[in-house]
Amino acid sequence: MAGSSWAAHGRLERHSLLLLIAIIVVVSIGGLIEIVPLFYLENTIEPVRGMRPYTPLELEGRDIYIREGCYLCHSQMIRPLRDEVERYGHYSLAAESMYDHPFQWGSERQGPDLARVGGKYSDGWHRDHLADPRSVVPESVMPPYRFLAEKDLDYHDVAQKMRTLRTVGVPYTDDMIANAVTDLRDQDNAFAGGAGLHARYGRNVNVRNFAGDPERITEMDALIAYLQMLGTLVDFSTYKADAPANQR
Amino acid sequence: MAERETDAHTGVETTGHEWDGIRELDNPLPRWWLIIFYGTVAFALIYWALMPAWPLVRSYTPGLLHYSDRAKVLRDLAQLKAQRAAEGAKLQNASLEAIEQDPSMQAYALAVGQSIFGDNCATCHGAGGLGGKGYPNLRAGVWLWGGSLEDIQRTITYGVRSGDPKARVSQMPSFGRDEILKPEQIDDLTEYVVSLSHRPANVAAVRRAAPVFAANCAVCHGADGHGNRQVGAPNLADGGRQWLYGSDRASIHDQIWNGRGGVMPAWGHRFDANTIKALAVYIHANAGGQ
Repeated sequence: MAGSSWAAHGRLERHSLLLLIAIIVVVSIGGLIEIVPLFYLENTIEPVRGMRPYTPLELEGRDIYIREGCYLCHSQMIRPLRDEVERYGHYSLAAESMYDHPFQWGSERQGPDLARVGGKYSDGWHRDHLADPRSVVPESVMPPYRFLAEKDLDYHDVAQKMRTLRTVGVPYTDDMIANAVTDLRDQDNAFAGGAGLHARYGRNVNVRNFAGDPERITEMDALIAYLQMLGTLVDFSTYKADAPANQR
Repeated sequence: MAERETDAHTGVETTGHEWDGIRELDNPLPRWWLIIFYGTVAFALIYWALMPAWPLVRSYTPGLLHYSDRAKVLRDLAQLKAQRAAEGAKLQNASLEAIEQDPSMQAYALAVGQSIFGDNCATCHGAGGLGGKGYPNLRAGVWLWGGSLEDIQRTITYGVRSGDPKARVSQMPSFGRDEILKPEQIDDLTEYVVSLSHRPANVAAVRRAAPVFAANCAVCHGADGHGNRQVGAPNLADGGRQWLYGSDRASIHDQIWNGRGGVMPAWGHRFDANTIKALAVYIHANAGGQ
């Protein structure tokens, strides 16, 4: 080992102020390299048509999804691999989770990927399956969530949740936040028509009694509303998968 | 700095420090360790150069290889499509009946149909297509909406009550819940439906229910209760072994009261036309055909 550089390093180690300054310089470089790209995160998100913020009912459903730890066994990330696309559909886009805080990609697939489960099965199937998974899929290892259908949804703070998400970049408008409770009730009401919902969130909103009981809004309603929306928002007819900008 | 000295036993220099009489040999790092360490540094540098690595303001460093997962998956899928093209093209141009009559086309369709069925349909209809309460059995030869190849193809493509404009749609009224009929009329009707399959029933109730059936049920289920596939109304006179929601008295009563109808999603936007053809052939063959 060359003596001079080690001797210089020796001086640095023996001088506490110099050492402190040197540490700050090194940590700053590391920090900048890790943090600066986060400010350019936008450029990783493909421009797509159809993405919209979640409706209040879907948002509550997402919170139940998180509360029950669904993400521990289910991913929401179809990787760009042939076999995954064959089984689950178009690979997931960054744009599809841009309004997720936190994102629900998951890391394990005890159960199947749910990124495109929206519309794949009927509401009735979700109801049966959540209440007793083995009644429809005998080999399933999923625990039953029967209580969701018995528990009324607590949505008193849904507008606050939307306001919070707006501070981290989800484009909820004042109109959406002001009508949060009405929109939530309307979405679970087959007879409400959902005109306000459609005006605020676009045509691509399911409006019906998700858990089948028109008298109540249960946690089951919210969760099914969320699941039936997953992966259905992006308009893939206008997405050019082979455009150079989208191949990354 | 403490004195550096050479250890007499090993001939290695010490670090010159002493703690409670213990001194430390100043051995160099093991060579194998150093090689791996510098190797990983070199690997990182080469990887940065070859592969997409550093995020920049508008894009990222694409690397000399210009590798992209998304480009690769599109190539892989195109290759898959090309592999299937020969058989697929035959399927595309052939009628459903022709597929069923041509052994090679049929074998191909059955193979495709089986894998698609297991992945998508079995979730509701059961692994072997045997169904369950609320989910039709596809092997029994009993069809709510018709069991010809074309009927099956249409049901798969547009679904049942799926919201698709071309979906098969009908809605049995909730005669009890919506108070269309009185509870005692529904009790009588339950007996009437039981009697349609020549099962023992309360004769007086059956007599009372006859005009109620004619006025409320016959429009869909037919005057003799034989059903109507145009509206997915099941045959009520077939003994009830394949009724969607059960055939015991409690189930019949429940169905008249609540008028449930299942939803099958539309698959037309998930699968291409060839896949749906193959699936129709598979289901048709499995059920013994009709």
